[in-house]
Amino acid sequence: MSSSPLLSPGDAVAPAIAWLNAHAHGLFQAISFGIETVLGAIEACLLALPATAMAALIIALVFWRQGSRMATLSALCMAVAGLSGLWTETMETVALVTLAVTISVAIAFPLGVLAARRPLLEAALRPTLDLMQTVPPWVYLIPAVMIFSLGKVPALLATVIYGIPPMLRLTILAFRQVPSELVELGAASGATTFQTLTKIEIPAARKTLLLGLNQCILLSLAMVVLAGLVGAGGLGAEVTRGLTRMEMGLGLRSGLSIVAVAIFLDRVTRRALG
Amino acid sequence: MTDADTPLIECRNVWKVFGERAREAIASIRERHLGKREVLTEFGCVVGVHDASFALKKGEIFCIMGLSGSGKSTLLRLLNRLIEPSLGEVLVKGRAINGLSKTELRDLRARTIGMVFQNVALIPTRTVLENAAFGLEVQGIPAAERRRIATDALSRVGLGDWLDRYPRELSGGMQQRVGLARAIAADPEIILMDEPFSALDPLIRRQLQDEFRALTKSLGKSAVFITHDLDEAIRIGDRIAIMKDGAMIQVGTAEEIVMNPADQYVADFVAGISRIHLVKAGSVMMPPADFTDAPTAALEQTGLDADIDALIHLVLASPHGAVAVSEDGDLRGVVTARTLLEGLKGDHAPVAGAA
Repeated sequence: MSSSPLLSPGDAVAPAIAWLNAHAHGLFQAISFGIETVLGAIEACLLALPATAMAALIIALVFWRQGSRMATLSALCMAVAGLSGLWTETMETVALVTLAVTISVAIAFPLGVLAARRPLLEAALRPTLDLMQTVPPWVYLIPAVMIFSLGKVPALLATVIYGIPPMLRLTILAFRQVPSELVELGAASGATTFQTLTKIEIPAARKTLLLGLNQCILLSLAMVVLAGLVGAGGLGAEVTRGLTRMEMGLGLRSGLSIVAVAIFLDRVTRRALG
Repeated sequence: MTDADTPLIECRNVWKVFGERAREAIASIRERHLGKREVLTEFGCVVGVHDASFALKKGEIFCIMGLSGSGKSTLLRLLNRLIEPSLGEVLVKGRAINGLSKTELRDLRARTIGMVFQNVALIPTRTVLENAAFGLEVQGIPAAERRRIATDALSRVGLGDWLDRYPRELSGGMQQRVGLARAIAADPEIILMDEPFSALDPLIRRQLQDEFRALTKSLGKSAVFITHDLDEAIRIGDRIAIMKDGAMIQVGTAEEIVMNPADQYVADFVAGISRIHLVKAGSVMMPPADFTDAPTAALEQTGLDADIDALIHLVLASPHGAVAVSEDGDLRGVVTARTLLEGLKGDHAPVAGAA
């Protein structure tokens, strides 16, 4: 046992969490319920068809949008996940990533648009983002688990926190990079701020925005796997099981499935960048 | 409120000083005649526009010439309120634009004042046609209608066959034509041109200068044209203003500026300008009484606006080596080889009443 440290913010945070737990229990339960419902719906969609049918549908979609090379790559990725016997777990992970990325983008995008226009807001956000990216994820899993207990909800929360910084940083960058003459064009043509945003700035910032989305997806996937530790289910749970039971086979199969998901999501979104 | 004599744009003692202590800085520039550098060290303010006044007449192309940092682009942006003036007012068709509401200002920019940018500012994800139709789209004009108007504007600038291409497929000169088509598609009375041709190579630039002037005149538009190139200003402008350190140091026609530079700065600028097509008979003639070689009635006649090039031909063809300049049948002066040489050299004092 170490002696009691001089700096210990946890001494203040832990009672606050306990207080929140006691007094806002209903709110947290409602949040939990909402998240679990949406997540369940996404999972149900992904698992609505048998594995082979779903894989065929996805491959067909990729073929239609991105051609035969990407379709072949997708088929390989699907095969790895399917043949490893982890299709259901893979879909659970994809569902978790989908919801986490949606929430991250819903928070980071508008905030990024504002921060790109207001240097003060950006200055305030920067240290917060640094903190979110450098504090080891397990640390903020602790209060998340204290509030929501083990399961998918704290995993999702931690993933969202991890996914916001790349999206937010690249959103700010994307809008900063729009040539000032293009923004002036909007004003000089009599466009409203909203018209300038949707008709000029977002199209001009598209590539960097999509890169932000791509990074957000990949980092969220990494976090969702880590969150297997707190009962997130999916491939993360299999990795954790493989580790705790020292089962090399299970660990490798789930590891390869994660790689397959990562390659699939990365290449398909990257290709969409144009 | 707007009759034919009201200038389209009127700038009245407009100042733009960037920085928190702008008002103090302006007061001390007025009282103590501080220079740009002193204002920066004393108040931390940058002088953009220093007490500028001018009027844009209907149908006129008004060029503002100045080197980089002279405040010309800032002045241009004050005219459609992309930048708010620190002091002074800008009137468009007799109406002060400082007081316009957001909606009125948007309407003014959408319908009355178009703008063309130095780096063109085409939206990369839109086709040529969609770019040209941007202003119309913002105004909420239906798709078929704006397609028709934008196609028409693009054909006027010679891009009728490029409607469905993307900006990246076009050369610099063609891109700038799209910028011009976009500005005229909204049918504004005034077009603001922010150094539109300065990034183009010389041949294309000349071609676009001539086309721009012809197009503006044929459509009956008026324009404020910013440039750092005096040749361009002379080629395009009906009148020219020379800016230095945010102030307009001289406003006049090309001939007035070349013949009568306001100070050494302007004189240095115009020193290299060819006068042969610029200077007219009215500026190089001597009073009829001073010409004694032959009776003036025996001389060939020409008008006040004959340029030096034409006068040389006439003088060479004349057996007396001179040509009479008259206006409405009245003899106004005589041009000889000697007055022509003086006019070309540039220190000839112009005869009173010159054009």
